Amino acid sequence: MKHIISLLMENEAGALSRVAGLFSARGYNIESLTVAVTEDPTLSRMTIVTAGSDEVIEQIIKQLNKLIDVVKVLDLNDGKYIERELMLVKVKANVNFKDEMKRMCDIFRGRIIDVADNSYTIELTGSCSKLDAFLEAIDKTAILETVRTGASGIGRGDRILKI
Amino acid sequence: MNPQNSNTTSANDANSTNPTIRGAEIVIRCLNEEKVKFVFGYPGGAVLHIYDEIYKQNGFKHILVRHEQAAVHAADAYSRATGAVGVALVTSGPGATNAVTGIATAYMDSIPMVIISGQVPVPAIGLDAFQEVDMVGVTRPCVKHNFLVKDVKDIAGTLKKAFYIAATGRPGPVVVDIPKDITAHLAEYIYPKMVEMRSYNPVLKGHSGQIKKAIKLLLEAKRPMIYTGGGLVLGDGSHELVKLARALNYPVTNTLMGLGGYPATDKQFVGMLGMHGSYEANMAMQNCDVLIAVGARFDDRVIGDPKDFLSKQRAIIHIDVDPSSISKRVKVDVPIVGHVQSVLAEMNEALALEKTTNDISAWWKQIDEWRGVESMVYANSDIVIKPQYVIEKLWEVTKGEAYVTSDVGQHQMWAAQYYKFDQPRRWINSGGLGTMGVGLPYAMGCQFADKNAQVACVTGEGSIQMNIQELSTCAQYSLPIKVIMLNNRYLGMVRQWQEFFYENRYSESYMDSLPDFVKLAESYGHVGMKITNPADVEGALKEAFTKKDKFVFMDFITDQDENVFPMIAAGKGLSEMVLKKDNKERHED
Repeated sequence: MKHIISLLMENEAGALSRVAGLFSARGYNIESLTVAVTEDPTLSRMTIVTAGSDEVIEQIIKQLNKLIDVVKVLDLNDGKYIERELMLVKVKANVNFKDEMKRMCDIFRGRIIDVADNSYTIELTGSCSKLDAFLEAIDKTAILETVRTGASGIGRGDRILKI
Repeated sequence: MNPQNSNTTSANDANSTNPTIRGAEIVIRCLNEEKVKFVFGYPGGAVLHIYDEIYKQNGFKHILVRHEQAAVHAADAYSRATGAVGVALVTSGPGATNAVTGIATAYMDSIPMVIISGQVPVPAIGLDAFQEVDMVGVTRPCVKHNFLVKDVKDIAGTLKKAFYIAATGRPGPVVVDIPKDITAHLAEYIYPKMVEMRSYNPVLKGHSGQIKKAIKLLLEAKRPMIYTGGGLVLGDGSHELVKLARALNYPVTNTLMGLGGYPATDKQFVGMLGMHGSYEANMAMQNCDVLIAVGARFDDRVIGDPKDFLSKQRAIIHIDVDPSSISKRVKVDVPIVGHVQSVLAEMNEALALEKTTNDISAWWKQIDEWRGVESMVYANSDIVIKPQYVIEKLWEVTKGEAYVTSDVGQHQMWAAQYYKFDQPRRWINSGGLGTMGVGLPYAMGCQFADKNAQVACVTGEGSIQMNIQELSTCAQYSLPIKVIMLNNRYLGMVRQWQEFFYENRYSESYMDSLPDFVKLAESYGHVGMKITNPADVEGALKEAFTKKDKFVFMDFITDQDENVFPMIAAGKGLSEMVLKKDNKERHED
């Protein structure tokens, strides 16, 4: 099952590679990983999307907690959460596709952020599955390039990951 | 390091104006502050400033080894024998990579160590400088933590953290990589009094509710079993465990790493368990209804295939300082995260208040029946030396009190099976990584830990050659180690597997062109002995151990065909044990 794991870690050189190294060394899979500094410059916030049985997820959480640089770990799937990913997708926008792209973009509440002679660049935000759905919905042959950030996650309401 | 990092180390007095000293001297003073007695190392370009300061100090003794791997192994064994943090010092590049096997060995067995490695100067990092290697990157998967120090002001705080991290929680090796220019820069020396890390707070005290649950389960058990590992030894919990086991009168087994955690000569001890464990230990482990695991991790050499183990119903209590060791291979019912010593002490207190006693005489009767199988009996010979016999005699001659180090292979298993360890921290071997070549440097570490102790290195002619250069170190420091080499002219364990699983195709497992070990030992000024006759074994051992100030290399020419039994093949379960007699039948059919 897919899990979204959020963690806070020391904003130190090499901290990211410790997490990445742990996943590869122990054979856990990473679907996506995002990391950036928080409002506290000594801390980084990371969101890891992974998949595995309950036992594997339990081990992943324990092993992450064992890393000296990791301050806090939270499995977002243990409660209510919001997940968002940003995608930039460049699509063909010649006469054949122009209208369809504009329409699909509107339906998915995306924005066209660059217009060129024969292409649009669309910015789309949402859950990973929404982004997948968009790519499914438009004509495959129209897709020129996709860039996805990977998911960021946050707990709903009072669920706060803070030290 | 990030200067804003809130993982602070609190300074003595940040406002005082101490004179500034060189980074190298700061390193030395930190080691003195940590009361380090021995540093095992080997000099080289990147650590020359540090070695210059070593020359000027006498706070600790530096032990010059002949290869960096041995420096780390020796420091590792020093730690295993004493409980103190072991310290090794190596140069950058090849010095650092030579140390890696030693670091990985210590990591697998959770040994607290600080390894200081030199690094090329900061401006040269990343430019493929002479003797440059990314030590932090190379060691990341096999250390508890590592640091690259990029500012002289961070040396003291980093070393303080390194010792703290190495020794607390589940212990492990910590690498501190220090660029050469940093050791030449000047800074005030301020050693932090304590460490506070928001990201690292190991749990020490066990959850009292869980402890109560565990006691209840234990007292209701019909077929209880106590299974302890290296964690009990490292956590100095042996005394409390003995108390608990005696109060309950329950059977105890130790893992390979846990030998000595419970006295082997005690009647409640059923022997080592696992791949080459005793029949009674493995059967009791498989058939118990309540199992308490203490500082042990159900690894593949202990329970084999977890499916086979779980085919029997039992409740499992697991005490471990590392939460990630719990429910890793086997789901447990009552996890207790905490320091084994404090958890066991709390259990003993709770148990003392209990009125109920639990009669398990039927279970003991069953265990005694299993003991009747006599899985450790071997056929001795008066023609050829049996390796088991050498170990039995070694135990007698040393009165069971020696530090016994071993290398890896058949001799290791025989030493574990036939030397009865009654005390913790006496059996020093590479259980997790299985590193051939540790035996001799391990013996050095033990001898430095206790200069008057009897130290025996049980090894084979294969393993000993992996760090044979240390005969020179032993000569330099007059270490009266006794090497007990079981020489069967084979890589015995490899040959055994080839006999069982590869239809006797002994691919590259034959040791050819062996040196004359007696002459080799003598060339270093040691005593060499070659023993070929079973009748001479005991006398030779006695003679060797009376030479209290001499290093004695004993070359025992042993039975080439002897195998280690009982045995559970890799991937099989505890119920699929092969005994010596079964194997014979298999071959006779």
